[in-house]
Amino acid sequence: MSFPSLEHHSDQQPLLPGKIQLRDDPKFAATKMAVFQYSAVVVFLFLVTGFWDLQIRNPEFYNERAERNRIKELPIVAPRGKILDRDGRVIVDNHSTWSLILSRENLKTEHLRQIADGLHLDYTDLYKKLQRYKNRPKYEPIIIKEELTPADMAFVEAHRDPDTFPEMETIESQRRLYPENGILAHVIGYTGEISESELDLPQYAKYNQGQIVGKTGIEREYNDTLIGVDGERQSVVDNRGRERELLGIKEAKPGRNLQLTVDLDLQVVAELALEGRRGAVVALNPQNGEVLAMASQPTFDPNKFAVRIKNADWRELTSDPGNPLLNRAIQAQCAPGSTFKPIVAIAGLETGSVDENTAFNCPGGANYFGHYYKCWATHGSVSLHKGMAQSCDSYFYGVGNKTGIDNIAFYAQQAGIGTKTGIDLPNEASGTMPSTEWKLRNFRQKWFAGETISVAIGQGAVTVTPLQLASAIGGLAAGGVWHRPHMTVAASKVEKPREWALNQENVKKIVYGMYGVVNEGGTGGRAKLPGIDVCGKTGSAQVASAEYEAAHKDVKDNAWFIGYAPCNNPEIIVAVLWENVGVHGQFAAPTARDVMKSYFDKKTRLAEAEAARVRTNPVAALNSAFLFRKLNN
Amino acid sequence: MLQSAGLKDFDWTMFFVVLIICGLGVLQIFSATHGTIWQGSWWKQLLFIAAGVLLMWLVAHIDYHALMTQVYPLYIASVVLLVVVLLVGKRAFGSTRWIAFPGGVHLQVSEFAKIAVILLVARFLTELSSEVLKLQDLLKLSAVILVPMALIAKEPDLGTALTYLPILGVGIFLAGLPWRYWTAIAVIALVVVTVGYGSLHSYQKARIVSFLDPERDPQGTGYQLIQSKIAVGAGGTWGKGVTKGSQTQLRFLPVPHTDFIFSAFAEEHGFIGVMVVMVLYFVLLMQIVQNAQTAPDRAGMYVCMGVGALLLFHILVNVGMVVGRMPVTGIPLPLMSYGGSSIWSTFLMLGLVNSVRVRRFVN
Repeated sequence: MSFPSLEHHSDQQPLLPGKIQLRDDPKFAATKMAVFQYSAVVVFLFLVTGFWDLQIRNPEFYNERAERNRIKELPIVAPRGKILDRDGRVIVDNHSTWSLILSRENLKTEHLRQIADGLHLDYTDLYKKLQRYKNRPKYEPIIIKEELTPADMAFVEAHRDPDTFPEMETIESQRRLYPENGILAHVIGYTGEISESELDLPQYAKYNQGQIVGKTGIEREYNDTLIGVDGERQSVVDNRGRERELLGIKEAKPGRNLQLTVDLDLQVVAELALEGRRGAVVALNPQNGEVLAMASQPTFDPNKFAVRIKNADWRELTSDPGNPLLNRAIQAQCAPGSTFKPIVAIAGLETGSVDENTAFNCPGGANYFGHYYKCWATHGSVSLHKGMAQSCDSYFYGVGNKTGIDNIAFYAQQAGIGTKTGIDLPNEASGTMPSTEWKLRNFRQKWFAGETISVAIGQGAVTVTPLQLASAIGGLAAGGVWHRPHMTVAASKVEKPREWALNQENVKKIVYGMYGVVNEGGTGGRAKLPGIDVCGKTGSAQVASAEYEAAHKDVKDNAWFIGYAPCNNPEIIVAVLWENVGVHGQFAAPTARDVMKSYFDKKTRLAEAEAARVRTNPVAALNSAFLFRKLNN
Repeated sequence: MLQSAGLKDFDWTMFFVVLIICGLGVLQIFSATHGTIWQGSWWKQLLFIAAGVLLMWLVAHIDYHALMTQVYPLYIASVVLLVVVLLVGKRAFGSTRWIAFPGGVHLQVSEFAKIAVILLVARFLTELSSEVLKLQDLLKLSAVILVPMALIAKEPDLGTALTYLPILGVGIFLAGLPWRYWTAIAVIALVVVTVGYGSLHSYQKARIVSFLDPERDPQGTGYQLIQSKIAVGAGGTWGKGVTKGSQTQLRFLPVPHTDFIFSAFAEEHGFIGVMVVMVLYFVLLMQIVQNAQTAPDRAGMYVCMGVGALLLFHILVNVGMVVGRMPVTGIPLPLMSYGGSSIWSTFLMLGLVNSVRVRRFVN
């Protein structure tokens, strides 16, 4: 019965009450039902292969992603080491703050603008920052704001719920606290987030994106010492980022403290003396190369860098004509002027070109090679001692002419002019010491004899940094022993000094000349200290030709003073540079005097205190004697 | 006419398969909800299932022909209730799907309206006078199905609305539709899809886009798909064990006791567990088809096949979503997902199948 008629159906067996008529024969669609069955098989195979693909072929891939969902690692930021002065006084400290990190795993880009607004961040900066992290693994969080204010914290707490901005997380971190007023700012430098270009350098290979590293100064030079090892907190979290279980904590290892050779007492004196000027002061101990003070003005506030520096602040610092980020003590390369004369003198004496009695006449200048070279005064007949004390140019024209540029250059280079001192600070400048070879190499030109005349008084192509000058003259005054200048106590014992067998008689003559500068009515009389033999040398160096200087009011001479004490076995040498002041170096002398005074005052004070302690306490006396013996061994 | 449905004629294979699937569902609901605000759900589900079995039993005793005489009132009542839902329904998760009854019971009318539609299609096709479907019949049938579909899509609940299509589809396929109509349907479907995409809600569009490329916005609309795939994949061969799946327990998986229950199940029971359940579902479907094949008349065959097609579609869309091969539509997995409406409507439909089965020797 392939096609039962409706009538037939209803006649035989009315299946349903009412008027519904149903066609019988359910078999008519047998093939189609088979088609349905096969379709079901296809659907089930389609689904099962889906599970096969995920569960049998790639379970590790998905398991790893499940683990990454589940386990959250929050960095525990290690505090950087403190920076101390030579007496252990804290110069740079840390303090705890809260930082905001964004977890990129549940970051929604459309939230960024509101988050930036809420935290008073620049949206473009924030966006760029996130772009920089694009290639990093997603589970690495990014610190987007440090030093959260109470208002920031309130914003975060109010908005970090799952429905608003669940990507926000706070972690405790350590912020650098630098001295106010920019004291020692150039030496210490500042820290900042590691940059793309730094990440490419081999010495930064061990650091990660987002890490805070030293950018300049001591912070950079001793980054490996100061930086700690960040810890980590590993926990199981749910989809809202709530911690369900703590898996483990790796404590952060703080960085090591770093002791500088700088004496804050001297540093403050140097900074105050420079205030309002452009220039630098360097004080070091020529007997061991320890830098006791190093100041550069104008300065800046490194605390602005401690948190991410605002673009506006950065622009202000970099566009300032005074260039406050420049560490003039090691980066200003200026003609040394008359402070170069002791080096010319030693070259003359050592080569035998002149002796202490060789005299030159100074009628206010001298003629060489058809050119008239002026002196700053009329000195009559001048030999070594008077030439040094009165800083007579005519005398040194004669010495230079007789000695010759290559001899001068040889001795100057021995003293360290024209090469970096190798101080443990980044980006030191080398200065320039010209010579015939130097000119040939750099200009492919012959040396003109007239140029020697200029170099003899520290002009022409010769340039030095204040540190270089202090080191050069200091080593010379110490009898020809040059210790590498350094900033940290740890670096003190590292290497042997550069020694050079000078005729000590000649050294004494130079020292005597510099004694005359200060004590015998010479140009550096203002550096005189009662009870202490101070030596020194003034200098005022043209920064351009005389004609150019006359035409431009803002281009003025640099003033130099270099002073040390005591004359024999000097313990401290101070170089002072005032840029573009247009006054003679004698006016810079009091700065050096003040620094030296504070050095000796402190020394006396400590000795008296120790004496008093020993007087009142016999046990201390014994200890003191023991200590004294130990120190001397 | 059969006077009483004998116990031995009841489809016991189907019954036990259904009970095992339901049992695994309850276990998974327990695992996925313990320690959460839904943690009592598993025993509520047990109550739903018990009530469902009772409903199935009762419906199996009713002659489906008797129901068919009432199909127009049933259909009209369903449409009216769907309108009522739109007017006074309870809103949740961005759509209005439920009618609240006294005693805290919420019923999803669209789940029950399916039954009326299955019966309607069966009766309509049985009453045809020709061997193949005529165009006007096709249009009539489409129109009566489009009314509830449109109302459900308006809730908006596109996923459930789409589940009405396989009922229509399998019906006209079995009734016999000339190939030129199939071509026409394909063309119309293409046009509707293209034009319809423009009128979709933005969340619906986002779901489709994120289905095509879930990694494009892993935190947004692609989130559910990605998390589901992670959960399934992390389950591996043997699974992480009951209450041990981190995706489920830490709630990275969205709604792990309702729409994504199979994802949670796959994480905790692995490929082996998945295979067991898939085989059970397949056996269930084959039992339904077998009942269709042995049905006493065309009406019974259409009823069984309507139920079968609907369940197959549910499984395809829901499980396909779980493995990332279908977009997120928010339709439940029959018998496993938590929820009274889904459980009851499924058991009612299985009751219909049994009603057909116990009357198979009528001729």
